[in-house]
Amino acid sequence: MADTKDFPASAGGKRIDDATGTSTVGHEWDGIEELDTPMPRWWLWTFYATIVWALGYVILYPAWPMVDRATEGVLGWSSRGELQKELAADARRRAPTLDAIAAADIAELPARPELMQAAVQGGAAAFRVHCVQCHGAGGAGVKKLYPSLTDDDWLWGGDLATIQYTITHGIRNPDHKETRTSQMPAFGRDGILEPAQISDVVSFVRTISGQERPGASSARGAALFAANCAVCHGPAGQGGRAVGAPKLTDAIWLYGGDRDSLTATITQPRNGVMPRWNSRLDPVTIKMLAAYVYSLGGGEKLAPADGKKVDGQP
Amino acid sequence: MGNPEPISRASLYEARKGVYPKKVDGFFRRFKWAIMGITLAIYYGTPWIRWDRGPYAPDQAVLIDLANRRFYMFQIEIWPHEFYYVAGLLIMAGIGLFLVTSAVGRAWCGYACPQTVWTDLFQHVDRLVDGDRNAQIRLAQGRWTLEKVAKRTAKYLIYLVIAFWTGGAWIMYFADAPTLTHDFWTGQAALVAYGTVAVLTATTFILGGFMREQVCVYMCPWPRIQTAMMDEKSLLVTYKDWRGEPRGSVKRAMAHPGAFGDCIDCNQCVAVCPTGIDIRQGPQIGCITCALCIDACDNVMEQIGRPRGLIDYCTLEDVAAEKAGGTAKPIRKTLMHPRTVIYFSIWSAIGLAMLFSLGQRTRLDLAVQHERSPLYVQLSDGHIRNNYTLKLRNMEARPRRVSVAVSGLKGAELWTEAGTREGAGQRLEMTLPADSVTRVKLFIAAPGAGESESGSGARQDFTITTRGLDGDPRGDSETIQFDRPET
Repeated sequence: MADTKDFPASAGGKRIDDATGTSTVGHEWDGIEELDTPMPRWWLWTFYATIVWALGYVILYPAWPMVDRATEGVLGWSSRGELQKELAADARRRAPTLDAIAAADIAELPARPELMQAAVQGGAAAFRVHCVQCHGAGGAGVKKLYPSLTDDDWLWGGDLATIQYTITHGIRNPDHKETRTSQMPAFGRDGILEPAQISDVVSFVRTISGQERPGASSARGAALFAANCAVCHGPAGQGGRAVGAPKLTDAIWLYGGDRDSLTATITQPRNGVMPRWNSRLDPVTIKMLAAYVYSLGGGEKLAPADGKKVDGQP
Repeated sequence: MGNPEPISRASLYEARKGVYPKKVDGFFRRFKWAIMGITLAIYYGTPWIRWDRGPYAPDQAVLIDLANRRFYMFQIEIWPHEFYYVAGLLIMAGIGLFLVTSAVGRAWCGYACPQTVWTDLFQHVDRLVDGDRNAQIRLAQGRWTLEKVAKRTAKYLIYLVIAFWTGGAWIMYFADAPTLTHDFWTGQAALVAYGTVAVLTATTFILGGFMREQVCVYMCPWPRIQTAMMDEKSLLVTYKDWRGEPRGSVKRAMAHPGAFGDCIDCNQCVAVCPTGIDIRQGPQIGCITCALCIDACDNVMEQIGRPRGLIDYCTLEDVAAEKAGGTAKPIRKTLMHPRTVIYFSIWSAIGLAMLFSLGQRTRLDLAVQHERSPLYVQLSDGHIRNNYTLKLRNMEARPRRVSVAVSGLKGAELWTEAGTREGAGQRLEMTLPADSVTRVKLFIAAPGAGESESGSGARQDFTITTRGLDGDPRGDSETIQFDRPET
């Protein structure tokens, strides 16, 4: 060891440690001293490099926060711009699929699983934006207000083309010629039937749907039904999809199947309305929505048994 | 280190002092050669081993398929949800390091650490191009002659080739090696492949070619951690100062018999050290225990006819015993002490548990999700339908025919999106594509509340089971609810 136990003035009174030959930082805590071990050179150069990098970064990219926005970098990069680019790229990515769906006949979608899959996904996204307000998140509808789209009972028909037509033109849109429309008379409000007669019709309807046993009231109701209701709902109450008349023999009741609800419906029907969507959505989106609704569990195959045309026209 | 500069010139930043390790031969040098050969062969060669898995899976023995989220290792295929096997391997690696460290000290640093292996390789390149230690020092200190320029160019080119080879081998683990090699050279490989090779080439070139022991001394946390894990029973490269001191040349020792120790201060131990330290100053952070100084010292001791082992692997206990005039423990006893035994037991227990669970795992897996919106659907015939999403995981590299069946739900009818309710029963069959997760939307209809087994309950538990129909009947099942309207 060299003779360096002194405290040379040139070192500012710092001591040189014997064992390592390194100078101390010049402080002492209860006899404990700290070595001022030199940093390696490469560390220094790395540090300088980060400074140079930071200068370049500040010039090229948004960096200094100003009053309402940061300085724009020379490159013009922004995260908002990145988002636009990504959205555009995504639109480009989806374009071929959307074109294929647009070009395909809707009735053939189920035969092309990958296209059907894409249409159902696209429809699900559109459904969440435009339809859930009334029909609910899973298409379950709202009791006594909006029909469920997941069951196997359809007012206007549940095959792909028919669903597409219903979504396109809506139901009971007064300003639109091709809209689905029909009107159930207000038998009670307009005095077509007496309250007692309405009660008899209710009895009959509850009989054919298996909720009550036949009796005198339902027997009287049968005649009234044949005279007033069968023209739309069918002689046996099997419903009529051409006019959106619901089936009365099953377990599904949009506005309720108990006596009070049925009495209220016959007295003053609701005649529900759905907007037409061809004025708001493009045909491909409507097609995808139809595919999604069809996929919810109640979708019907084409060529229904009652010989109705399959193109969706009633 | 032991020669401080005048304090006025002391800088806060220290330029690297060149290390020019001298060539040496001996047991540990040969051992290092062997380890280097094995580790480099494993690193460069593994991706090229082929392993037949049939037509539906890659035939590369070790493949980390990030794009498809699969990890292949010979017979074993690991899916992302089985990542705990990788976690287990990492824990085993950690405990393995504890084990090695508590038994033989910094053996990882000295022999197997990539930084050590590549530094060693690059130092051999130095010797190949520039010559041995003295020639290297002369060249480094000499002026820039044509010869120096030529030698430096040649050396850095070789560095670069090795570095590029290293980076290139790395990406082979992440894609089919022959295809990737072809794509790489024809410019068709992914940008990330070129980027990875560039980065790893740069790091290998810089860390192996220039920073070398500085990585160990300044950058790596592992020496500090290891220092904490060693104890007085761990093997260390030790200079036996009680035997070596005071130092004196052979001539002086002859002149004054008995006045000097065995160390003749020939500095061979310093000359061969790849990190440039003097082991005679005692254990220090710069010592990676590569044991090359043992080889160097033994060679000298043999030449001058003194016993070998002036520098040797010793535990602190041995040091104390030998200083007191006793002898070191036999090597078997040194390696087998409670800590190593405990580490080894934990290590092997984890390994055995993982092997066992690997052998037991089923390769057909079911996950069921009950659709909540709507919870149930009233059907026109009075039945209730619930919707489920099945995720059927076929983890085998072949398409499989499987059944899906329900039990515990009376009168249940099952159908999928592709089918219809007509003719639906309690059981379905389907074909799952090889090595994939199949999502199936499952509809289950059952009689309304009054007809259910459990009577008026709005919620009923039942079981969905999937089984292989192609010889291996093992499968999976899940119990889930069927909901009905409350009455």
